[in-house]
Amino acid sequence: MDLRTSGKPASPEEIEAVESVISILERPTGTETDGKGSLDGRGIPFDNKGGHRDLLLPALHAIQERIGWISHGALDYLSLQLGVAPAETYGVASFYSMFSLEETPKTVIHVCDDIACRAAENGEPAAAMSGRWGAEGDGSGEVMWVRSPCLGRCEDGSAALVQRAGMPHRRILVAPLAADALAVELEKPVHDWANTESFRVPQRESDPSSLRLLKRVGVADPTSVDSYRSHGGYRALRRALEIGPDNVIREIKDSKLMGRGGAAFPTAIKWESVARNTARPHYFVCNADESEPGTFKDRVIMEQDPFAIVEGLTIAGYATGCEKGYIYVRGEYPLAEERLDHAIHEARSKGLLGNRIFDRDFDFDIELRRGAGAYIAGEETALFNSIEGKRAEPRNKPPFPAQAGLFQKPTGVNNVETLINVLEILEIGGLAFSNIGTPDSTGTRLFCLSGSVSEPGLYEAPFGIRLGELLDMAGGVSSPKSLKTVLLGGAAGSFVGPDQLDIALSFEGVRTAGATLGSGVVMVFDQDADLDQAILRIAQFFREESCGQCVPCRVGTARQEELVLRLSNNTVIGSRSDEIALLGNLATVMRESSICGLGQTAANAIESAFKLGLVRG
Amino acid sequence: MSDSVAVSIQRSVSVTIDGIEVAAPEGSSILQTCRSQGIDIPTLCYMETLTPVNTCRLCMVEVQGSRTLVPSCSRKIEPGMVVITNSDRVSESRKMVLELLASSVDMSIVSDELAGWMELYQVDKERFGPMAAPSSLGERETMRAGHHHKSDGSKAATVFEPVKIDNDQYVRDYSRCVLCYRCVEACGTDAQNTFAIALGGRGFEAHITTEFDVPLPESACVYCGNCVAVCPTSALMFKIEHDMRQDQSWDESRQTITRTVCPYCGVGCNLEIHTQDNKIVKVTSPLDHDVTEGMLCVKGRFGFEFING
Amino acid sequence: MVDPRKTTSAQWANVWLGLDVGTDIALANTIAREIIHSGLANTDFITRATSSFEEYAKSVEPFTLEEGERLTSVPAGLIRELAHSYAKADRAQLCWTLGITEHHNGTDNVFALINLALLTGHVGKYGSGIVPLRGQNNVQGGGDMGALPNKLPGFQDIETDQRARLRFETRWGASIPAKRGWHLSQMFEAMERGELRTLYVIGENPAQSEANVGHAIKLLEGLEHLVVQDIFLTKTAELATVVLPASANWVEAEGTVTSSERRVQRVRRALNPPGNARDDIEIVCEIARRLGHDWGNPTAEQVWDELRSLSPIHAGMSYKRLEELGGIQWPCTDENDPGSLFLHGRLWADPVVGPLAPFTPVDFLPALDTLSEEFPIRLTTGRRLDSFNTGVQSGGFASPLRRPETLNLSPQDMAKYGLSDGEIISISSRRGSIEAPVLTDVTLHPGLAFMTFHFPDEVNTNILTIDAWDPKSGTAEFKATAVRVEKLGSQTELGRSSSKVEALS
Repeated sequence: MDLRTSGKPASPEEIEAVESVISILERPTGTETDGKGSLDGRGIPFDNKGGHRDLLLPALHAIQERIGWISHGALDYLSLQLGVAPAETYGVASFYSMFSLEETPKTVIHVCDDIACRAAENGEPAAAMSGRWGAEGDGSGEVMWVRSPCLGRCEDGSAALVQRAGMPHRRILVAPLAADALAVELEKPVHDWANTESFRVPQRESDPSSLRLLKRVGVADPTSVDSYRSHGGYRALRRALEIGPDNVIREIKDSKLMGRGGAAFPTAIKWESVARNTARPHYFVCNADESEPGTFKDRVIMEQDPFAIVEGLTIAGYATGCEKGYIYVRGEYPLAEERLDHAIHEARSKGLLGNRIFDRDFDFDIELRRGAGAYIAGEETALFNSIEGKRAEPRNKPPFPAQAGLFQKPTGVNNVETLINVLEILEIGGLAFSNIGTPDSTGTRLFCLSGSVSEPGLYEAPFGIRLGELLDMAGGVSSPKSLKTVLLGGAAGSFVGPDQLDIALSFEGVRTAGATLGSGVVMVFDQDADLDQAILRIAQFFREESCGQCVPCRVGTARQEELVLRLSNNTVIGSRSDEIALLGNLATVMRESSICGLGQTAANAIESAFKLGLVRG
Repeated sequence: MSDSVAVSIQRSVSVTIDGIEVAAPEGSSILQTCRSQGIDIPTLCYMETLTPVNTCRLCMVEVQGSRTLVPSCSRKIEPGMVVITNSDRVSESRKMVLELLASSVDMSIVSDELAGWMELYQVDKERFGPMAAPSSLGERETMRAGHHHKSDGSKAATVFEPVKIDNDQYVRDYSRCVLCYRCVEACGTDAQNTFAIALGGRGFEAHITTEFDVPLPESACVYCGNCVAVCPTSALMFKIEHDMRQDQSWDESRQTITRTVCPYCGVGCNLEIHTQDNKIVKVTSPLDHDVTEGMLCVKGRFGFEFING
Repeated sequence: MVDPRKTTSAQWANVWLGLDVGTDIALANTIAREIIHSGLANTDFITRATSSFEEYAKSVEPFTLEEGERLTSVPAGLIRELAHSYAKADRAQLCWTLGITEHHNGTDNVFALINLALLTGHVGKYGSGIVPLRGQNNVQGGGDMGALPNKLPGFQDIETDQRARLRFETRWGASIPAKRGWHLSQMFEAMERGELRTLYVIGENPAQSEANVGHAIKLLEGLEHLVVQDIFLTKTAELATVVLPASANWVEAEGTVTSSERRVQRVRRALNPPGNARDDIEIVCEIARRLGHDWGNPTAEQVWDELRSLSPIHAGMSYKRLEELGGIQWPCTDENDPGSLFLHGRLWADPVVGPLAPFTPVDFLPALDTLSEEFPIRLTTGRRLDSFNTGVQSGGFASPLRRPETLNLSPQDMAKYGLSDGEIISISSRRGSIEAPVLTDVTLHPGLAFMTFHFPDEVNTNILTIDAWDPKSGTAEFKATAVRVEKLGSQTELGRSSSKVEALS
């Protein structure tokens, strides 16, 4: 590779930011020309020779945090240090919405403009924001605001992520968002800017004994490993180490645990194929890139019970013979990241990570990685690419992660909710676990209730609970108006009508109803809700979050948005039924021919909305 | 031959394609297997000499047991696999994929093969409405990831933008770009290892770009033109061809293609010399020749002006 | 990767050895000694297929790793690394270009490498061997066709192979002197002595490409009769008595060329030659006719078929087969022979077919143009990616990469001499002086300078180079010149930044 750069210099601050991430690397001392020869690694470290490209995202984050944007000089400097071509680095940086490639004010407010917040705000966060900080994207002042996809604070009804660059820098997630209150907060010294921490688990008050996965939320101190242990923490890992890796997998198999990430794949099969793979090393990745609109369950666990994730991942690593685990947390969750980071350090200092865990012949450590604003990075193979320092473009499967995953090595990957189920399984035993829920959907499920319910929040219920029962748990529809529809499963899920409240919320139950549980989203709309807005937002969401790799999704999501616009504005080309037929045709091809789940599900909710007649037109 | 190259014994795998059982060497893709049987499968991003990226989704086929359609270019055959290449389901998908492209990209200069497929699948490029006007230069390139210009849906969004002319060797007309990734592969590890270009941006605004969209002379480009050679839609074009098309003197019916050997170094790259009116108007290299499989360097590709005089 | 400059290829390499210019034999001998002393020599192969090993082993004995480091400046550890990985590899090739051959002892440099291949048995097998990478599309073909002072086509020796000579004489109906001719460097010496007074130059530009070119031009000017046959009116053609405009043999004529890998391939006519330019064959036959020999008007294929009838290694290469097989690598002795991927396979037959392969001990002699206080910088020359030799072909296209000739120096030397990019300096060797802009080049180490010879009209690099030549090959020592630089105080704009361009050199 010819590493050629523009010759534009990086500023001392930019260099410092890059070095803060990559100073761990061994690099040539002095100039290359001093030498009369070099071994691999003493020269420019090249990406194709097993370099350190995986530090690309962390280093881009460092520049973004320090400077507020990534200049040409900074990008060149980083590229040269990591041996990645500048064009490639640019391609990566421009993929993620939290990186800015043009000069941007030091403070950027990402205002949630997604389904739940739109519904709660009656569609427009813009007025309040614009009144104070100018038009969206206006970077002429000290503060700039832009719209953002779902920030995972749906239970609060409005939210914003504030990115503040400089020294010190800060990222805070605030909800509910009030422009005036935020302005006051931003007047404070930067290090005092506070996340608005909240979690709504109504069962904590009403029926704490019904909580298995959420039993420590709001009870144990999320910053103390001792508190975690005094509430049952690390019993599961201890048991795992006693029974050995094979028996851990047997317990999981007995439990019939299915992945909670959306694909509902049997966890034990995944683990087994990683464990049996002879290639080395093995990796285990916890997918904490929760980004499905309407979803906030993983955030609550990360913020309130972070040690559970560390423990769950450690067990997964143990059972599958992994040397190293990664937690990939979405960039919009600063408090979750802070708590996880703290938990990992604390666990390491207590001998619960690192070498000889619990004094056994078991070494395992965890690295925390941060996303940078890309829904698609939650797709497992896109997530691997992201960790590897690439654009988060999903890979074609096969090969599956258990064969060739992260760094092309055998990799296990589970999301947060799946991993904390493992703790429960090891505590009560796989067979006992399998008796919870339905025969084919065992255990409990986390549900994110938002929208027009009396008590929005995070709920836990055994699989098989009826949708109506779940709504009752949340106090029913909040407004005097009656229920219009429920969005089940998120933007990639589907709408169900008021006549479908008896759907059993199990994998098989929703399948029969032609719906999906997805990420456990239960977003409630009453008769007053503007469904056109919601559906248009879903169409926009997929267009903006498509990685752009494959034609059906890249162009299809754009065409879908146009069709939805024409149908809801009633500016159809030809007849309305032609347009609906075309939308259906498009949906079929996107579902059948897209590379990954994003494109395959991008039409689901919209199609269901038209079937239910939710679009006025 | 006096060599002793160890030829690994390839096992044969039996699969059923469109109801007929066929055998093919283990490790073959579905596409290779089909083409060896004379079954036509349309492709766009696929190229024999490049790693399949399976992004265009034109070559989709049905595989029994698979919920979705399957890209035949990258899926390897497995014993007992049942493949259907000619169902309505497959045709619908191929037609739609071509229409999605044709509605957003200028596909007026494509290979005869691709033009044939577009005819076969009766591609209607206005199926999604009239096409939107071009963006201004650099507009698409600077769109922040996760944002896009909101429209009223009355026009089909396109990738149209002005042609990029920043050197005398080749031009980049990204209005014609179907984002097949071939140029990026050829510039990267599949051939040149220069990495002057990459995918930038995201979603519909994804595009091929240098870092910060700098002109090619400020980039790492070494003008091997291998990107031009692999481009299926003439988004990358010899400047001579571009200029001749502009003044309407480009006439393929008056052109001949002659195979010869590059006059520069000793590698022995084969050249296909495209001539019109006793002038060289383009240089390509045969894909099926094992010296460089279609790839050249700057001298072989563009260093012929001394002949044109 | 062994190269004084940290070129792009060196940056790709697992190991780069940045030796001092002209110390190749010292490096090779050090590698050899290390291989022998580490017990990594292929004793089986050596015993069975080679001769003179003992003598060779003795000759490399002084070249300890420490001595190697002292002579080449390459850290001993890296030499050891190269020695061990080369010896232990399943398959290994030694590939080289003019950095090995354009020295006063270029042939010895090659022998030193052959010795390494024999020492390890990395020869005569698929994926192994010794490979000179040819810098021109038909430099191999020229040799194949007998454009060597001592060979008939097909490498048949003009002095020792009487049967071959007889075959040619019978076929041509003429006698061939059983005496080798002069090579290029000897020709210039003969011009100097007044023994060579008429010269017929085909497709070569010695008035710009020769080392110590000022002297070469004087000799060309002193000729009684100079004929130049070329597609350009080169500087040499400008000196000619007669210029014969030729056609470009890769695109205006039919024929064959031979690539680096001995692959004979067809070139074809795609264009009509301009003006009065004619095909080389036509010109040669016309000259013959004017000299009283009617050779008719043979086609390229007819000429080729005659060659096939006389050169056994080409016998199987009909135009039809060359077409079908996309070229054939010689030897190809009959029309059923697919050609040969590699040579010297006979060394692996048991017992060895033909003579044993001899080790050739070679002494290390440093570059002749020695560095001194007066000329402290080592200048080496080479090409850039987008240009070619004296630029008569590559100068024709508007390469976006092209920039003017410069003298490149390491950042350290730039600082030492107080120079800035684009500053015009004077560069002097023991033979002459030229002026050129100077440029920082991070691929160079202190004391090493680099220039190309692509732009002789603007900067005539070969004014500086030494015309001392290798007595065995006749190739001049273009690669090692002693120079000094002096400030002149004027400045030029170089356009592109150095960091981007130099990696392409």
